[in-house]
Amino acid sequence: MIILKLFLAFLKIGAFGFGGGYAMLPLIEREIVTNNHWLSYREFIDIIAISQMTPGPIAINSATFVGYKMGGFLGSAAATLGVVTFSFILVTIATHYVEKFKESKALKSVLLGMKPAMIGLIISAFISLGSKSYLDVKSVIIGGIIGALLFSKKVHPIMAIVLSGVLGLVFYSF
Amino acid sequence: MNKTFTMFLSFLKIGAFTFGGGYAMIPIMQAEVVDKRKWINKDEFLDILVIAQSFPGAMAVNTSIFIGYKIAGKTGAVLALLGTILPSFLIILLVASCLMQFRDNHYVNLVFKGISAAVPVMVLAAVVSLSKSLKKNYINMLIVVLAVIAIVLLHVHPVIVIIISGLYGLIFLQRMVE
Repeated sequence: MIILKLFLAFLKIGAFGFGGGYAMLPLIEREIVTNNHWLSYREFIDIIAISQMTPGPIAINSATFVGYKMGGFLGSAAATLGVVTFSFILVTIATHYVEKFKESKALKSVLLGMKPAMIGLIISAFISLGSKSYLDVKSVIIGGIIGALLFSKKVHPIMAIVLSGVLGLVFYSF
Repeated sequence: MNKTFTMFLSFLKIGAFTFGGGYAMIPIMQAEVVDKRKWINKDEFLDILVIAQSFPGAMAVNTSIFIGYKIAGKTGAVLALLGTILPSFLIILLVASCLMQFRDNHYVNLVFKGISAAVPVMVLAAVVSLSKSLKKNYINMLIVVLAVIAIVLLHVHPVIVIIISGLYGLIFLQRMVE
């Protein structure tokens, strides 16, 4: 039963996950953390961090992670398959109609309307994650340091994660 | 070695060595399938990107299925998809099955405490970079604010927000696109 549930939840995430990457986070959070309680908030933040440090899209990484936790190898296969199934069907159809899709006014206008909503989705992810992460002064200081480095483009995001880990070790040891 | 198998290996390589999310894969894919192998030309690649980006799901996954299909039909699509996702699948399996055993170790926990303070900032950085391409007008700002209020305060399911914003575009923005 859990295998089917995993497949269906990630099918939904794959089918409605417009905007890719972080824009999918509120959708993943709602399905995985809030509705099904398959991950705790701590694990949800863990998997976002792990996704940054490992290859591949965040949707695939979280599907595999959640699937494994809830249903072992079969679960991870079902969840990962679920998240790519809709893409596969849609794309294999679209390959025959490249010009139509490219010129489609309807598709363009839908995407134009979605764009500000996508930004709203990512801001919601920030608010949700921030409200769980910034519970003490130390975490705010670490966030501030990493933010300054990221926004001034002084470090690569992977380096930023490594650095934040080191800062965590140093700050929280004392 | 036949073309389909070579293609599988190419996507396996792309899937294994691009860190930092799916978007990082796109330039590597272009270098491999357009510049090096010449399986498709640059215009075809750009067309594929436009469509892959407008579809739901991970963009790198959509792109690889598209390219695979162009090169070798259904078999190509399946192999390109597998090549792209197998490395992350296997690495996350390894992380989930082995490395997470150490998650509750005192020092590992401190490291993750630091990392969890960095994660929201990284998401915020994505907001900033994506906002650059958004037309700044009142109605767009209003939609951003409404989407945040709906999800954070009213706990509306993100799927609802996505559908409504898409319908809004379909009904009111058709004359804005050429």
